[in-house]
Amino acid sequence: MSFNRTQAAFAIAVFLLVGQAEAQTVGRYKLGHVADPGEIAAWDIDVRGDGTGLPAGSGNIEQGKAIFAESCAACHGDKGQGAIGDILVGGKGTLNTAKPIKTIGSFWPYAPTLYDYVSRAMPFNAPQSLTPSQVYAVTAYLLFLNGILPESAKLDASSLSRIEMPNRGGFTSDPRPDVPPPAASIQR
Amino acid sequence: MTQSSDLQRRAFLTGAAAAATGWLASSGNSLAGPPLQVPVWTREQGAAIVSPPYGVPSRFEDGIVRRPRATPPIPTAASSGTPLQHLHGIITPAGLHYERHHAGVPAIDPDHHRLVVHGLVERPLVLSMDDLLRFPSVSRIHFLECSGNTATWNSGNPKWTVQDTHGLLSCSEWTGVSLVTILGEVGLKPGAKWILAEGADAAAMSRSIPIEIALDDAILAYAQNGERLRPEQGYPLRLFLPGIEGNMSIKWLRRLKVGDQPFQSREETSKYTDLMPDGTARQFTFTMEAKSVITSPSGGHQLRGPGFYEIKGFAWSGRGSIKHVDVSIDGGTTWRTAELQEPVQSKCLTRFRLPWDWDGGPTLLQSRATDSTGYRQPTKQQLITARGLNSNYHFNAVYGWQVGEGGAVTHVV
Repeated sequence: MSFNRTQAAFAIAVFLLVGQAEAQTVGRYKLGHVADPGEIAAWDIDVRGDGTGLPAGSGNIEQGKAIFAESCAACHGDKGQGAIGDILVGGKGTLNTAKPIKTIGSFWPYAPTLYDYVSRAMPFNAPQSLTPSQVYAVTAYLLFLNGILPESAKLDASSLSRIEMPNRGGFTSDPRPDVPPPAASIQR
Repeated sequence: MTQSSDLQRRAFLTGAAAAATGWLASSGNSLAGPPLQVPVWTREQGAAIVSPPYGVPSRFEDGIVRRPRATPPIPTAASSGTPLQHLHGIITPAGLHYERHHAGVPAIDPDHHRLVVHGLVERPLVLSMDDLLRFPSVSRIHFLECSGNTATWNSGNPKWTVQDTHGLLSCSEWTGVSLVTILGEVGLKPGAKWILAEGADAAAMSRSIPIEIALDDAILAYAQNGERLRPEQGYPLRLFLPGIEGNMSIKWLRRLKVGDQPFQSREETSKYTDLMPDGTARQFTFTMEAKSVITSPSGGHQLRGPGFYEIKGFAWSGRGSIKHVDVSIDGGTTWRTAELQEPVQSKCLTRFRLPWDWDGGPTLLQSRATDSTGYRQPTKQQLITARGLNSNYHFNAVYGWQVGEGGAVTHVV
């Protein structure tokens, strides 16, 4: 970014005021049309890390196991151990070793993100083909394989949002530049 | 300039000496060759106009293409690199711009493509491509680099070319609508701090963008180097975030949703995060920091003999413009100031050049860039000390190519 934090805060403040002032009229260029929630519902699919956006529906581990075997195992292995697709299971305790294994159980900080990704991009050869309940079921199965849910568990919007992932506290913000600038004597 | 002229004179003298001792006799530099012939292409008419109607490179250049580093197991979720060692100037031809797709290249009919802007806004909008082409436009030249470019902390193959090591880097003139213009149309609500950008591809690729970056110099791009985007670059519409890691410039852009916090998508939690030695990971490491690479001579090249060469390369920084490039022709023992070629622009590839008189001995050629913030490209050891070996992204260390005794140039691990 080409300006500092204070400048950015000022720019945003000005921008918000301008935005509010303009909102009382129509857009300056009067192009496009106002989006109706019903019109864009099929595209409005995002689910936030805290579960905001999760739809109605529910699924259990047994259902998820069957869907996984049919639609996911060919790429990820029958137990999520990985093949041409990512490793999805295991890896706990490896993040600080020479060979870290980043999986849902070892690395992902938010459980609803799993729902979001499966619903938007999986199965790889037929994305966005699963119903919300099927996505809940696959999500439940993957969390079960990672030891995060018991075999009897069933997932819906509320229960998925409440899950605390093992690596929830494992992320920090960007501290760069992380290598100090050269000493003044050799700086050009 | 004086230094440059001296070098050229010395290079010439050395070249003459080499020719006298027979070094260059076999490589076409002897005093007289066979008489030149009038070739067949001078004795007949060439091809007519519009053959072909959309121009393509000479067939003698057909080896200059994008290549993956290795055959990918899933070709639709893979990358291919730009042949930087064969490019001239700073613009990457659109057909050679590197690729990184997560679920293949969709074939989108622009008449049916829509951009939706909604969330924490006063007036959510649906915009067609016709609408977007009517807004005031901007054009700027910027590089784009994948954060996984040059992920070679401790590995590599001596045969690697700069296409293999640095090929996830390209530079184009991007034309479109400033994102600020569109955000002004919808009117941000108080609390608007992050924007989710989402693609229309089979990955519905999504990333959260801080409002500071969106309001800085972001472009909703529909054209590249004078023509509409190529399908591989997001046709008919992509987001372009100058200086920011490539995956955030969402291609085939269909939706922008304004929110009060990051959405924590898979790409910004499990993928584009940098793992530290203690097992924690840095998240939202957006900016591509200063970096440089020598493209000539570079891996795979074969020098023909001692004498004059111009060392050429690219330098760039996501934090601003390039102020200075040092080149070492002795493995980092001494450094010399390279000449920067105009234009030197912000968040843009910059060409550097240094005349070099090769004495025929083995040596390591290196370059290091300093940007307008004073940041200087660190050494590999400095980066490993700061980040360990598991941080796969944003590797921007000083880089070198080994010149062997016989003139073969190879990648150095």
